[in-house]
Amino acid sequence: MLTLFLVSVVVFVATEVLPGNAAFAILGRNASPVRVRALENQLHLNRGLFDQYWTWISGLFEGRLGNSLVNSQSVWSLVEPRLVNSAILVLVTGVIGSFLGVALGAFAALRKDGWFDRISSVVLLAATSLPEFVVAIGLIILLATVVFHVLPGVSLLAPGTYAWSEPQLLILPVATLVIVIVPYTMRMMRAAMIEALESDYVEMAQLKGVPEWRIVLVHALPNAIAPTIQVIGLGFLYLAGGIVIVENVFNFPGIGQGLVEAVNGRDIPTIQFIVVVLAAFYVVMNILTDVIALLATPRRRIAR
Amino acid sequence: MSEVEGRVAQPSPTARREARLEVTGLEVRVGRSGPDVVRDVSFAVQAGQVLGLVGESGSGKTTVALALLGHTRRGLSITAGQVLLDGTDLLALNPRDLRAARGARVSYVPQDPSSALNPTLRVGTQVREALQVHADVVGNAGDAGDAGDRVAEVMREVYLDPTPELLHRYPHQLSGGQQQRIALAMAFACRPSLIVLDEPTTGLDVSTQRHVLETVRGLCRSYGVAAVYVSHDLAVVSGLVSDVAVMYAGRVVEIGSTARLFGEPVHPYTRGLLGAVPSPERAERLTGIDGQQPRPGRRGDGCSFAARCEYAIDACHTEAPELLTVASRSVRCLRARDIPATRPERLPVTGLFVPAETSVLSVRGVAARYGSTPVLSGIDLEVPPHTCVAVVGESGSGKTTLARCVAGLHSNWTGEITFQGTSLTHGARQRDKSVLRRVQYIFQNPYTSLNPRKTVSQIIDQQLQQLTGLSRRERPVRTADVLQDVSLAPDVLSCYPDQLSGGERQRVAIARALAVEPELLICDEVTSSLDVSVQAVIVELLRRIQSERHLALVFITHNLALVRSIAQSAVVLREGVVAESGPVEQILEHPADPYTRRLVEDVPRLTVIGGLR
Repeated sequence: MLTLFLVSVVVFVATEVLPGNAAFAILGRNASPVRVRALENQLHLNRGLFDQYWTWISGLFEGRLGNSLVNSQSVWSLVEPRLVNSAILVLVTGVIGSFLGVALGAFAALRKDGWFDRISSVVLLAATSLPEFVVAIGLIILLATVVFHVLPGVSLLAPGTYAWSEPQLLILPVATLVIVIVPYTMRMMRAAMIEALESDYVEMAQLKGVPEWRIVLVHALPNAIAPTIQVIGLGFLYLAGGIVIVENVFNFPGIGQGLVEAVNGRDIPTIQFIVVVLAAFYVVMNILTDVIALLATPRRRIAR
Repeated sequence: MSEVEGRVAQPSPTARREARLEVTGLEVRVGRSGPDVVRDVSFAVQAGQVLGLVGESGSGKTTVALALLGHTRRGLSITAGQVLLDGTDLLALNPRDLRAARGARVSYVPQDPSSALNPTLRVGTQVREALQVHADVVGNAGDAGDAGDRVAEVMREVYLDPTPELLHRYPHQLSGGQQQRIALAMAFACRPSLIVLDEPTTGLDVSTQRHVLETVRGLCRSYGVAAVYVSHDLAVVSGLVSDVAVMYAGRVVEIGSTARLFGEPVHPYTRGLLGAVPSPERAERLTGIDGQQPRPGRRGDGCSFAARCEYAIDACHTEAPELLTVASRSVRCLRARDIPATRPERLPVTGLFVPAETSVLSVRGVAARYGSTPVLSGIDLEVPPHTCVAVVGESGSGKTTLARCVAGLHSNWTGEITFQGTSLTHGARQRDKSVLRRVQYIFQNPYTSLNPRKTVSQIIDQQLQQLTGLSRRERPVRTADVLQDVSLAPDVLSCYPDQLSGGERQRVAIARALAVEPELLICDEVTSSLDVSVQAVIVELLRRIQSERHLALVFITHNLALVRSIAQSAVVLREGVVAESGPVEQILEHPADPYTRRLVEDVPRLTVIGGLR
């Protein structure tokens, strides 16, 4: 809660110190000072900083998010569809990325130093060193334009529709983000799995005559998952920022693209709301990660 | 029900005397064709009997133990030999049959149950698993109900109460003794023909150790199980096993009945090991074996022990000895017939406890806590000049905390600690240099107490620079003197700690303490991470230095037997309180407190049990 409060203050102050206020942004650079003054009055921009903050934060708690400074629509009606779209993007990417990372990592560990392990580690190293937009553009070139034209290169959605109505639009953004987050999960899983497979309890299970599949699934995997959960959590956190770039590349109408548009339009209430939502996501994800990791580690969960 | 039912290779009644396990020519190498780790290992064990496999760390005993289950650690492979169990060669089985045999016909009890039990599985699940994966062998025990019954039965056999509450616990919620019992229960669950125990009592307190040993012995006898018991502790082995195989540098150097081997050892290495075992009965000078075991690939052509052997002749360095049968046992020594089969004689330690008027160190009414948890209360301790006082207790009794309070490493204590008549402040930071210099501390683990990035000469020099006024020219002289005192060659000066063996590192730690000419030396379990033979050398070194330099010594240990060889008086701690204190002879021979009496009774003794055959 304290984190969220601090974030709200920082966001508020930061948007206030941006050069030029909303009145300038709306009226353009050549507006007369009189008209600017009048609009400032209308928008309460002339009141004290603390007063403005109080109006905003109390409104946030009561569900009054105010209206966009750009087109006077309510902030909620502007942000809500984008929020849903981004949530779908993050969730689909996160779930696919985590499963893929855990599965590939475990497989690489089981065949340690085998051909899959060697090739995957080189490929992943390359993937981690590429920025998101390069991956995105690479995928567009490969699958949407020059080489194979099988998927839409932009993910434009008709206003008022949500991403699930046209799943093919999700494929490229999801693929881009999956390529970016999988290496981290996979590296961690591989390391944790190798450690688990070389542990005394796995040797003990082998000497007990436990079948190979059961050693992997029942003995090694649960112990390797626990440290990996933290990295999966970090992956989700990364996604909250990663969508800003990817949504812009694909023109995907999500919260990240919305944020960039709002910043360009000096649409302060929208910026503030989106940033607070992202901050809340960070806080909730962190808590969730810790709780799940704790549940997966009996040694820490239950005292002696 | 001395025989296991339903075996294909059911021994006939007349085969009762035949060996249940027969190992011949076992060889394990690094890789497929690298240097050998273990070679030419052969022995046999009968039903209901236990064979002891003894040797120092690095002798290959664990490698042999694992090979009995057809298993090797990463990078090693079994390259020759047979492991015949009830007539079938385990090493010739295909992977599928080998897996079926492991846990069912041959099972393993690990050295450290706290890491060998899976931390994410409940202990009940882990015991039940041993039955479920071998459902075909144990009949219909794969059914939940039957498996549950068998789990309860085997838990009672290892003296654990099979309540649902206990079965639902995770390993970390059990004590070390309980964890080892769970591991025993897993091993006995399928009624195997052979059990391999790899130092199963190393981390346990003497009393728990004794109970576990009695359980093992009882179960092996009543179910006709053959067992191989790996240990570095000869005293533990002597009371448990009928035959002993002594291993050195990957080979069996002497093998025979326990009575023969421990009563009249022939191989110089066996004699050396026996000379190193401390005795709780007599105050004797321990004789260790200096030097180090050669690693695989550096064992040379001749006898691997020649470099450390006092009987070695020129031929020993060039000619590999074969196993000879001498005095009803097999010995791998060229001079087996020349050396008299006797136990090494040990000189008695002189210097009895003399009550003194004054004290170097005096601890009165000390209580200490960690956070809000009390660890010590009402501790009184007097250390007279030129004497060694042993502080004895099981793990968790607060003995290390007491030492840390005296040294100023733990500052959360109340009461009074006086050193040479002046009262000591709580933390070491508030003590002046002369006090810091005069009270020196030697830590338990020489692998972590020496800075790995400094050479031996830097380690000692830093101490001199900090605590003495010696000049740049005087310091190397003092360093050289003190190294000589702890019997280290001058060429270790330029070594880093990881280039030294455990025993050498502990000598460096002792040299570091002695360099500043202390008046009180606190030794905290200084030998517990060392092999017996090295332990003996270190204890003898400390005893000599203490008497030569007229030091006052506080010797902290969990090993009551060791106390006899070094200390004049002893304090027994139990759960943070002094249970008993007095001269060593009195405490070991006529303990007044029931707790001390139990502790003394449970100390494993190097006794040779007869009549097992």
